[in-house]
Amino acid sequence: MALTGLDIYKLLPKTNCKKCGFPTCLAFAMAIAAKKTALDKCPDISDEAKATLSAASEPPIRTITIGAGEKKLEIGGETVLFRHEKTFFHPCGLGITISDTTSPADLQDKIKKFNALSFERVGQKVKAEIIAVKNDSNDKSKFINTVKEVKSKTTALLVLLSNDTSALEEAVKIAGDAKPVIGPANISNADQITAIAKSNNANILATGKDLDEISTVTGKISASGYKEILIDLSNVKDITSLENLTQTRRMALKKNIRSIGFPALVFTSGANTYDHLSYAAMAIAKYAGIVILPEPDPSIFLPLVTLRQNIYTDPQKPVTVDSKLYAIGGQPGANSPVIVTTNFSLTFFSVEPEILNAKVPTWLLIVDTDGLSVLTAWAAEKFHAEKVLDAMKKANLESVVSHKKIIIPGYVAVMAPKLNEISGWEILIGPREASAIPKYLRSSWQ
Amino acid sequence: MEKVIEKAVSKISELAIGATSANGGTREKELKIGGQSAMPFLHFEGSMPNAPVVALEVWDTVPEEWPLIADEFKDIVNDPIKWAQKGKEWGADLISLRLESCHPDNKNNSAAYAADLVKKVLAATKLPLIVIGCGHPEKDQEILPAVAEAAKGEKILLGMATKDNYKTIVAAALASGHSIIAESPLDINLAKQLNILVSDMSMPLERIAMHHTTGGLGYGFEYCYSIMERCRLAGLAGDKIMATPIINMIADETWKTKEAKTPQDEQPNWGDLHKRAINWEIACAAGYLQSGADILVLAHPESIKQVKQTIGKLK
Repeated sequence: MALTGLDIYKLLPKTNCKKCGFPTCLAFAMAIAAKKTALDKCPDISDEAKATLSAASEPPIRTITIGAGEKKLEIGGETVLFRHEKTFFHPCGLGITISDTTSPADLQDKIKKFNALSFERVGQKVKAEIIAVKNDSNDKSKFINTVKEVKSKTTALLVLLSNDTSALEEAVKIAGDAKPVIGPANISNADQITAIAKSNNANILATGKDLDEISTVTGKISASGYKEILIDLSNVKDITSLENLTQTRRMALKKNIRSIGFPALVFTSGANTYDHLSYAAMAIAKYAGIVILPEPDPSIFLPLVTLRQNIYTDPQKPVTVDSKLYAIGGQPGANSPVIVTTNFSLTFFSVEPEILNAKVPTWLLIVDTDGLSVLTAWAAEKFHAEKVLDAMKKANLESVVSHKKIIIPGYVAVMAPKLNEISGWEILIGPREASAIPKYLRSSWQ
Repeated sequence: MEKVIEKAVSKISELAIGATSANGGTREKELKIGGQSAMPFLHFEGSMPNAPVVALEVWDTVPEEWPLIADEFKDIVNDPIKWAQKGKEWGADLISLRLESCHPDNKNNSAAYAADLVKKVLAATKLPLIVIGCGHPEKDQEILPAVAEAAKGEKILLGMATKDNYKTIVAAALASGHSIIAESPLDINLAKQLNILVSDMSMPLERIAMHHTTGGLGYGFEYCYSIMERCRLAGLAGDKIMATPIINMIADETWKTKEAKTPQDEQPNWGDLHKRAINWEIACAAGYLQSGADILVLAHPESIKQVKQTIGKLK
């Protein structure tokens, strides 16, 4: 990975000329290693040294862009093995395969179902982004027609797969400037595919029977100066994929091995949809850049986009929900209860399902506590009577309900007298734990 | 290419659940969990002598908040004995019995009831047993000692011991030779603290499992996932206190979610409800398998079958 000061020193002229502003070449090298100065401050550096140093400063796993404009997808560029060490930056792409042997009716059906794989979770739009078109027919015109159909009827990012390079060359032009992935590139066709990718601004999917062979293929491609590469780590045995996904991430991060420092693509395999789901879940958790399943089944994709969102959430910042008044469980009205809590997403997502369980339509007033949970926010003075009153006013609660009663979490019962005094509302002490909300709403709320 | 190997300096502790007749119990087998010397399924750098196991979640009252399970298995879920007997047929490795009805907000059933039920369940199934209280810290201090006494000799796994009630529950488990689940709310420091407190009562670390308070998929999954990874990494790096096996209560965090309840006609693009709910349980389990789950507690027979199969492929 990053070169040490001594590694850099070896590449410098060692003249101690001071033109860089440092007393010695060694001091300058140390400063570069510490990222306090840049190499170009040395007027006498050789081109060779420059190339070595700039290569060393590249990220260990290359960031690859698929597509263009607003719907482009960036994958790779990861810097850690475990999300708690920093975060995983670029959520993996999810998608489906479409074979060019699919009948016209099935093709339309699949396209329609793919286009519906779009969901809203925690206020974010999440969806499947990718369609991989496979030239299983070995018939060029069938492949081209399928690619055209997919391109014209979806906004999917494309992975174009054919063993016929002339078919790929034609297909890549249909994708236009939407930077697709093309392949599979192997030892024998890597040069041809690289030429097509270069002249059409496409990414290349490198394949091989094992990591050594994949590394040879990526080596051939990048020897030409082109590095828009993904590696295919699919394997019919899940365990081999897990090993390879783990090893490639480690080799890139810990040993700075460039030839496998690219995002990985995985086609799931298995005997039934549950197998595909389980395989995909493993690949999302463990380092895949793209995961492709056979069918656009929403009952599979909803849990998968959710898992992806969970895994790629930045653990360094608390996740919050919008601070506002929510209507939970149908249509609460003027006589419905009002519960107040914090904007920490985990608090919200503990409380919301319990209100749904209660089957009592309820107003849920969320107070901005900078993403802190009830007790933590109270201790940090971010969840107190004045803050709750502010939120009540902002939500115009007086005009929403007619009863002037508000339920506060049992853990902050202590704020009740003050809140009562400044708001004039009756303060009801709710349960301490969200799990007791159904019982509370059913029995205690009148 | 040369593999990058990260050798662990230590192992996860090995916990045994269930006593066979050879050991003074009546279980058909002794189930072992833990003992790994690598992160999950990374066989190239360590061993995994005991694969993760799957438990069937059984309630002693109809789980009204799991409408799909309550409906699909309506002839089973109204009888904990019948329900527990399904464990074997559905391929579970053990049973996890939850004494929900003892909760003061539920039927407030007594300690004597709990003890009697546990005896009946032990007679009805020969699978090893986990018994979980009702989740009310004070009430669990009443019922769990009675359960421990009733199951004496069977080496059950008893939970949940929390910072508020661990003393009584751990003492009861010690007196009757059981193991304990130490539960802490999504916080690695509290998890460690509780493991220290429990082991300070001379409960061997080999008889403690951790529950970090499982987050359901989409409902805090990522917090639990990362705490599990951190615990497991610490355990493998030599922190014996953090090297205890981990349990995930997945069923309870799955079947009450809106994804496992909302019919397709209300959410047309969410897909078939029945399939979606099972998928939710499977995906959650598949995720936790990667962060160090040793016991996965599930409810649906399809999920149990699938998760067992996934473990079979990875182990």
